[in-house]
Amino acid sequence: MIKVYTSSVLEAPADTVWAQVRDFNGLPKWTPFVAESRIEAGLAADKIGCVRNFRLKDGGTIREQLLTLSDYDYQCSYSILESPMGVSNYVATLKLTPVTDGNRTFAEWWAEFDCAPERERELAQQIGQGVFQGAFDSLKNLLRK
Amino acid sequence: MIRVTRSAVIDAPIGRVWELLRDFNSHSAWHPAVGESQIENGEPADQVGCVRNFFLKDGNHIREQLLALSDRDHISTYCILDATLPMQRYVATVQLKHVTDGDRTFWHWQSTFDVPRGREREFEELVGKGVYEGGFAGLRTFLRRGGVVSTGISNSEGMQGQAVIATAFGGPEVLRFEPASAKAPGPGEVRIRQTAVGVNYIDVYIRKGLYRLIEPPAAIGMEAAGTVLDVGEGVAHLLPGDRVAYACPPPGAYATLRTLSADQVVVLPDEVGDETAAAVMLKGMTAEYLLHRTHRVRPGQAVLVHAAAGGVGLLLCQWAKALGAKVLGTVSSEEKARLARENGCEFPIIASRYEFADAVKKHTSGRGADVIYDGLGREAAAENLDALATTGHWVAYGQASGPHDAPPDLSSKSGTLSRPVLFHYTADRARLNEMAQNVFLALRNKTIKAMLSHRYPLAAAADAHRDLEARRTMGSVVLLP
Repeated sequence: MIKVYTSSVLEAPADTVWAQVRDFNGLPKWTPFVAESRIEAGLAADKIGCVRNFRLKDGGTIREQLLTLSDYDYQCSYSILESPMGVSNYVATLKLTPVTDGNRTFAEWWAEFDCAPERERELAQQIGQGVFQGAFDSLKNLLRK
Repeated sequence: MIRVTRSAVIDAPIGRVWELLRDFNSHSAWHPAVGESQIENGEPADQVGCVRNFFLKDGNHIREQLLALSDRDHISTYCILDATLPMQRYVATVQLKHVTDGDRTFWHWQSTFDVPRGREREFEELVGKGVYEGGFAGLRTFLRRGGVVSTGISNSEGMQGQAVIATAFGGPEVLRFEPASAKAPGPGEVRIRQTAVGVNYIDVYIRKGLYRLIEPPAAIGMEAAGTVLDVGEGVAHLLPGDRVAYACPPPGAYATLRTLSADQVVVLPDEVGDETAAAVMLKGMTAEYLLHRTHRVRPGQAVLVHAAAGGVGLLLCQWAKALGAKVLGTVSSEEKARLARENGCEFPIIASRYEFADAVKKHTSGRGADVIYDGLGREAAAENLDALATTGHWVAYGQASGPHDAPPDLSSKSGTLSRPVLFHYTADRARLNEMAQNVFLALRNKTIKAMLSHRYPLAAAADAHRDLEARRTMGSVVLLP
């Protein structure tokens, strides 16, 4: 089991950031690598247990299930059901915390998963920097507009 | 229940910030609102269960206990045990998190507590703004300055100033105002730019050679206030810019700059000005130990204070009266009698030739004084013995008329004699701190007040000595560098 942790500071109040990221079907709106997304079985995107099925811009398809959604704690967890990444037991959490000094947001995103030992370093880099930090950077640009 | 949450991003790696925050006693180094602080019973500052005992610079006193400490999660949880603030069930948690984007630190500080109804907003503001936001700003400044607990920025050069030097043992004429340098503070030392210097009768004894604490030529003076310039290695409780005061040997306080052991230096609360501090540090701590430690004055006791209009005398009268004692005092003039009366001395006795025993007995229905605070010495010894109540306590803390020839025979009164010296009481830093804080508290409560009517330029120290020895002064005397 390895753990990847990424965090950043976003120049907007936590409510504003949360409004952007709480939509489990909203990845195409704020991440740079998702081409399109839908929720399976016609469920609402904030129904616990719903599955998002999305296609990456480079072609792969991922299915993820919503495990936790807290509007009180600004927190969302999900697991991967299917992906081309070669990971198993993958659970990730995205959490926002207000920074009262400057009315900004502390954003954390972490994941735990199993993979082949020789791929740990590559996957940690790809997920921590490529996916999580990449999404934060994209979010920063979006919030600046 | 009130919940207060504040958070900030500190532009430093988490290891750097945690190293400071995990030390439960470091707050006096970086938090601008925190004054003196120490961990009780000499326990390590990262021992769960240890208690930090500290003063805020506004004078409030707080004891807090460390409940949890996690180096893995960067969490420190603590509660208030006692406070002079009306806060109940206060539990606070500090948590740090790593901001991987930029290698910075997210600092989350949260507490819950109760206060009297109607004061919620006031305390939310005090804790949120004063303590937490003030702490964020203080830690940022501390890190910018170098951020090492217990080491300031020490300038290796000696600094040129001026001092009053006793060129020989003798009269006031031996005092000269001359250039003098203050060396850079070594380990455990502090260098102070002094703004007010206290004059005490002990300075006269030292100048005369009666107490051999110097070998001329040397600077004299035991007490001063000022601002910290720099500190040496291992000094944890002082930072450059702190307003401080001290009252301790070795002599050398009559100076514009001073380097001395930081152990004896205390941080001043905001409301105690430099001149007040120089006027009351030595005299106030003297009154504190005489009334609370050498003899514990109780309501109804008859207390005889000699030189009742002097610097220590006025403070003894004020404080003894507040403790419920019946205060008698000796003075040398009508004017001084009036002043002593205004300061709590119920029966001032004008005794120009050390004759007072009859008057003391008259005012105590023949019984005499339960405790005598005697700064007079040899010439008044016979009268003091006569004025002492049976089983009374004679506290001889000074000797203005010369040292006692031999211990008096106290068997006629089953009396107790004490020969206390302030600096024995203040030698232990924890006790010094307690004594100083009691003086500051008494000032704040208006139990005592500094009577400061004589100010001289430092260069005119000889004139101050002449006036003090000729009994021309009342209350405290300070020199201004």
